Formats: sequence, C-alpha cells, structure tokens
Amino acid sequence: MTYSYAFLDEATKRMIRRAILKAVAIPGHQVPFGAREMPLPYGWGTGGIQVTASIIGRSDVLKVIDQGADDTTNAVSIRRFFARTAGVATTTHTAEASIIQTRHRIPERVLQPGQIIVYQVPMPEPLSRLEPRVVESTKLHALADYGLMQVRLYEDIARHGRSASAYNHPVMVNGRYLMSPSPIPAFDNPKMDRMPALQLFGAGREKRIYAVPPYTSVKSLDFEDHPFDPIRAPHPCAICGATDSYLDEIVTDDVGGRMFVCSDTDHCEERAP
Amino acid sequence: MYVSVKGGEQAISNAHAWLAEARRGDAALPELSVEQVEQQLTLAVDRVMAEGACADRGLAALAVKQSRGDLIEAAFLLRAYRTTLPRFGGSLPLDTGAMRLQRRISATYKDLPGGQLLGPTFDYTHRLLEFSLAAAGEAPPPAPEMEPEEPGPPPRVTALLAQEGLMAAEPEGDDDTPPPDLTRDPLSCPASRALRLQVLARGDEGFLLGLGYSTQRGYGNNHPFVGEVRMGEASVEVVPPELGFAIDIGDITLTECQMVNQFKGSLTEPPQFTRGYGLVFGHNERKAMAMALVDRALRGAELGEDGGAPAQDEEFVLYHCDNVEATGFVEHLKLPHHVDFQSELENVRAMRAAQQ
Amino acid sequence: MSDGLLPGFSDAVFGAQGCFRAILAALSEPGTVHALGGDLAPPAPLCPAAAAVVLTLADPDASLVHDAGPVADAFLRFHTGAPEAELATASFVLATGAMPPLAALTPGTDEIPSAGATLVVQVESIEEGEGWTLSGPGIDGLRRLKVTGLPDDFPAQWAANHARFPRGVDVILCAGDRLAGLPRSVTLAVTLEA
Repeated sequence: MTYSYAFLDEATKRMIRRAILKAVAIPGHQVPFGAREMPLPYGWGTGGIQVTASIIGRSDVLKVIDQGADDTTNAVSIRRFFARTAGVATTTHTAEASIIQTRHRIPERVLQPGQIIVYQVPMPEPLSRLEPRVVESTKLHALADYGLMQVRLYEDIARHGRSASAYNHPVMVNGRYLMSPSPIPAFDNPKMDRMPALQLFGAGREKRIYAVPPYTSVKSLDFEDHPFDPIRAPHPCAICGATDSYLDEIVTDDVGGRMFVCSDTDHCEERAP
Repeated sequence: MYVSVKGGEQAISNAHAWLAEARRGDAALPELSVEQVEQQLTLAVDRVMAEGACADRGLAALAVKQSRGDLIEAAFLLRAYRTTLPRFGGSLPLDTGAMRLQRRISATYKDLPGGQLLGPTFDYTHRLLEFSLAAAGEAPPPAPEMEPEEPGPPPRVTALLAQEGLMAAEPEGDDDTPPPDLTRDPLSCPASRALRLQVLARGDEGFLLGLGYSTQRGYGNNHPFVGEVRMGEASVEVVPPELGFAIDIGDITLTECQMVNQFKGSLTEPPQFTRGYGLVFGHNERKAMAMALVDRALRGAELGEDGGAPAQDEEFVLYHCDNVEATGFVEHLKLPHHVDFQSELENVRAMRAAQQ
Repeated sequence: MSDGLLPGFSDAVFGAQGCFRAILAALSEPGTVHALGGDLAPPAPLCPAAAAVVLTLADPDASLVHDAGPVADAFLRFHTGAPEAELATASFVLATGAMPPLAALTPGTDEIPSAGATLVVQVESIEEGEGWTLSGPGIDGLRRLKVTGLPDDFPAQWAANHARFPRGVDVILCAGDRLAGLPRSVTLAVTLEA
C-alpha cells in the first residue's frame, strides 16, 4: 500500500490545519485537536510531526533537532521520516530551513521572518503540576486565573532564592494566556519574545496545538524583585569558544573531568575554526 | 580534542538489523507463521485487536509476530495502521442479544432459560503445566457437540430482572445524535457514557483489572454480580446510503459482560439493580468484567453515590487507561533529556552556592 | 464533469497545501496580502481566493454557510462535503455579497474560544501599505491595510469582536486570487488621513 503525502490523509491534515489557524488567532491558547496515532510512539514527537506534516510542502526545507543537535537519534529518525514520506529537502543549517522541528531547544541563530519553528510538546498544560485535572485547568485559563502559578513561583523563590524551574519555565503570551514553552531550558525563553518567526506547538498524546505568531510578546513569569534570570554553564564552548550559547556538559572521565560544548551543533560548526 | 558522537543514522539501522535477528531467534528452528499465531495464540490476538481498536485477526496476528509477543507494542502497531484507513461509515448497533453463543454463564441464577454454556474456558482447568504440549503431537480430538436446549438466542438476565421491575432502565439514548468518536475527536470530560465505554473498550486490560479489583476491595464498592457473561459471534450490519437498507458485512467475535449491581434507591427511585457494562473484541472475559466494574463505578455520580475512589474518578480513569499513550509517555523518558538535565544541574549548583 | 460541475484544485494535495500556507501566513502576519496563483477557476460569483480557502478548510467535519447561490453551492458542497448549518453555528461563513454582522457568528466560549467561526469575505480590493492601521500579535509595530467593499461600520464591528477576546470571529478577506487575514487578536484603527 502507499501512504499519503507526509503520511497524514487529507482529512486529517484539514482538521489539523483548522486547529493551527485558530491557535494562531488566539496566541498561547491550547486548541484541542483529534490527534492521530502516528507510526512513532507518543512522547517521540507525534504532535510536532503532525503539525509539520500538515504544513509541509514540496518547496520547504526541513531541519530537525533534538537537544539542539541534528545528529541525535530521534532527530535523525524524524528527518528520515519526512524525507521518505514527503520527499522534502532537509538541512542542518538553521539559516537554510523554512521549517525547523525541535525538541527541547531553540537554535542560537536568530530565526527570520517567514521561518516556522515547530516544537514537540510533552505536557502542553503549564498548570498540570499544580492542577492535573483538565476540566479545572481549562476553567482557570478561561478566567485567566493564574494565581496558583504565581504562588508556586513565589514559594520557590522564598525557599531557594531563585525559581526552581530551570526548564519549561512558564510564559505569558500577549498578556493573556499562560503557556508552556515546552521543555526548553530557561536560557531559551527570551528567544521566544517577539520572535520574527512563527512558533507552532504540537502535543500529540495530550491532543493540543498552540501557537505564537511573529512579533508577539512572550514574557517569562517572574516578580519585580526577582526578575527572570536564566543561567547557563559559566564556561566557553570547548570547540568554538562561544560564551553566549547554551552548553552541553560532557563527562570525560570518572574523576570529575568535564568539558562544555555548544548544544546547538549547527551554530558550533559554523563558528568553529 | 572532543568530537561529538556522530552516525545516528548508522546506529539506528544497525539496531534495526539486530532487532530483526533477535525477532527470528534460532534460525535452525522453523519460523512462526502469522497463521499459526492467529490460530494458536488466539487470546493474544484478541487482546491486541481490543486494545489496538481494530477487528482484524490477520493484522493483529502479524502485529504479535512483528512485536515479538509484546502485546502493547502490537496494539500500537495496529492502531498506527488503523489510523491510515479511509472511513466509510458506522455500523448499526450490534445486536449482542442475537449472538451465536460459544459461552454464556450467569452467576445470579442456578439455572435459567438457555442454560449455562461453559464453552472453551480455563475456569475449571487445574493449573498444572501440561508437559505433553511441549512435545509436538497429534491434534486433540474434536470436542463433543451439544444441541442447545432451546432454539434461538437465550434471554438476557437483565431482561428477566426488568420484567419484575427490578432492573433500572438504561437512560434513553438519542438516536438522532451520532455517538461521539474517540478516534476522531479528543477526549473531553465530563464524558458521556457512550464515550466512556469507548475509552474503556480499548483501555489497558491490566489497568482496568486493577481498578475493577480496587472496587471489590472497598474503593468504591458497587456490590457486583455477574448477571451474564457471553461470548460468541455477532453480525455487523451497515446501511450503505445508496441502498438505504441494512446489509450484513460479516461476523465478529465479542465478549460481553452485564454486571448487576445493587442500588439503594433515592428519593425519586425505588431500590433496584443497576448495570455495569463491558464489551470487548474477541474472547476476553477478564477485560469485559473489569470494564463492567469500572463502567458501573463511573456511574456513581449519576446515581448519587459518594465518590472519591480512584475507579470513580472519571478524569483519572479515562486519561490514564490507554496503554499506547501511557507506554509512550513513560518510555519517552529514555530519550535524551540532557539539555533539561543540564539546566537542572546548573540550577542546583547555583542554589547550593547561594546557601553556602 | 458532465453535469457542468467545475473542477477543484488540479492537484488536491498541493493545491490545498499551498493555499493553507498562504492563509497561515495571512493570519500569522495580519495585514500582509498573499497571492495564491494556481489554476482554480470557480463558478461565479466565487473569486478564486475565496473558493480556494473554502476548499482547503471545509469538509464533512466543518460546516459552511454561504450566500453564493445554487451553482456555487453545488461546487462547494461537491468538493468539500461540508454540511449546511445555521449562521449562528457554522464553522465557516462565506460572504460574496453583503457580509453578515460579525456578532451574528459564533465566537466560541471562554473555555473553547477555538470554536469561534471563520468568516471568509469577498471584497473589491485589498492593498498593503495604506488604509487601516493594524497592531497586535504578528505585527512588528504597526501595519497598514486598505480594504474596499466592506460595510462602513466594519471598524466598529471589529472593535466589538476584538473586545471579547479570546472569544471572537476570525476574518479572511479575499479579492481575486489574493487574500489577507484579520485574526480576532488584532487591533484595527481607522487611520485619519492628513
């Protein structure tokens, strides 16, 4: 048998496209959609894959990263899936991509107008750790009642001196919706604010799609006396020397040896001597 | 000089080759055929059809073979295939009252019209390993065939109780509104009973078994009796729009459980019995019975019962009983998370530094 | 098409995909105008862009109400399978003549604002760089858009539509083979010409 272009049948694509358009019109709001079972397991990026499959066309150039890298096994697997089912050109260069599907990172290079970044999202509900009931969290979003989250954040700061959420730190979108940025490090959160590229988010298992249009305000939750303060490992990249990129910590021996290299492999390769 | 690990593509294809070799096992032994799986591991095939939400024995058997006997993986394979199929329409409601029965038992009456029909059951086997099965042998002689005591399908136990006014009538369905379709629209709560039953019908057998068991141990007890368990073949009928009348497109094997549960009554309702319902593809009484217990537990709010037990918690049960979703999210933890872990590391280091 | 029914996209997969990307760009960056190109030749009074939008998004799961008459109706229903609906409950409303009031369409609910309708309006012209001043998500500062062929009170209707955010109606403006988007999130001001 032959599968459809980009795997999904046209009726499924239409359903997802309708959800994406509503997500764009209501920035940060999670739109429920009839996510389908995909040939990859839930948790492997089925939401991102369904979003990408619904937007991708023959003239697109696709980049897929996981943990910032193009060569991680799941990124390789997803890139191969689209090369096979959509016959689409792929790249590892951020600048050349029209669509970037990502898990857990935003590239270091500033994304450009016209580019689309698709995030794979495990838990789209930013309130889920405080209120696991979907019926309840849906009400809180309807009322824009985010006091629960403010209280949690404040307690963290009172106890630890800083926010305890180093990744997946919640953001307010366009001053209205509290949103999960997906499990990106807090270091990447500022890149979301007024990003020139369109940001789409797909959560397959939880069956939600959401979006942030270009140039939209995305503020990491914080307090005036404790402004949002993401951290990175205080080292230069051992390969390219970058002091402003997010770093992977590599264990080099069993006696405490460590080295730090860029998590964004494309960024590092472009800079490396 | 550190060089990051490359060659993900090669590693993946090597892993796939190893998987294929491991699946085949010792090549000196004959390969297992899909037909053998379908004929001789029938209950595995049945479970995969149920949780894979696709009534196709051949495909389910293929999935069992491909998954090396990992039945959740097999259900996932079947689901992922099923979702690509074009949708031609819905069937008419199945008439399980007219099933051609292989098995039918009731725990509520010693004897009843239609009798107790044991069928191919493990119930009274002594669980002693049959070492004769370890040696290839002759096919067993055919089981003796019995004529049914009475022609035609036997009455349902719940109908017998209803004659006496002791069985609560099921709430009238709305025939004009098509039932919700979990495979097309995302689950939302509060869910109708039709939607709840869809979720439970393809829910994980083990999860439902544990929940059903918990009601028996007092976490939302609903005083269950097996009114009837029946297993057999039911006709599937569809009405093609161009014909305008029903045609029979084939039979499927089903297991149905109608649990009869006590209900104390309320200001407006006299004491009577209520029903918990389970229906599952193939032969799987454990699943059908567990489903009936959980269905009845989830009706607690509707019947004005105290809630609070896990099996009575609709969101908790419905959002967590799908094993394809659950296994994906649990197992995804083995994917690389080093970016997030790194940010946790630096955060913990910073917090410790601030304390000192 | 022996009964005179005109064909839809010559390539159903890529016709819809290309049109969707134009709609996505139009709603992501309100005020930008996108030409579809393509070879869709719908029956009168449909313009190619409006017909393409409906063919791309409507289907048996997304209802459609329109004012385009029986020939267009046969075309749209055949190619989409979209069911009819009341104006107040339709997922998609297509106006080729006078548009219905925005307030007559469903805005969704505070819990499910995504159920708000999409209004596709055929207008006389859409031009970037002049006319209204738009601001909001998708716009770096301000963007200008000039539309002719809408009712005079459209800006007032839009203000009321925007004020009930996150509920609301989203609008796709179509002229010839060009389209622009007005998501409910956008603020629209009538520019006072000097």
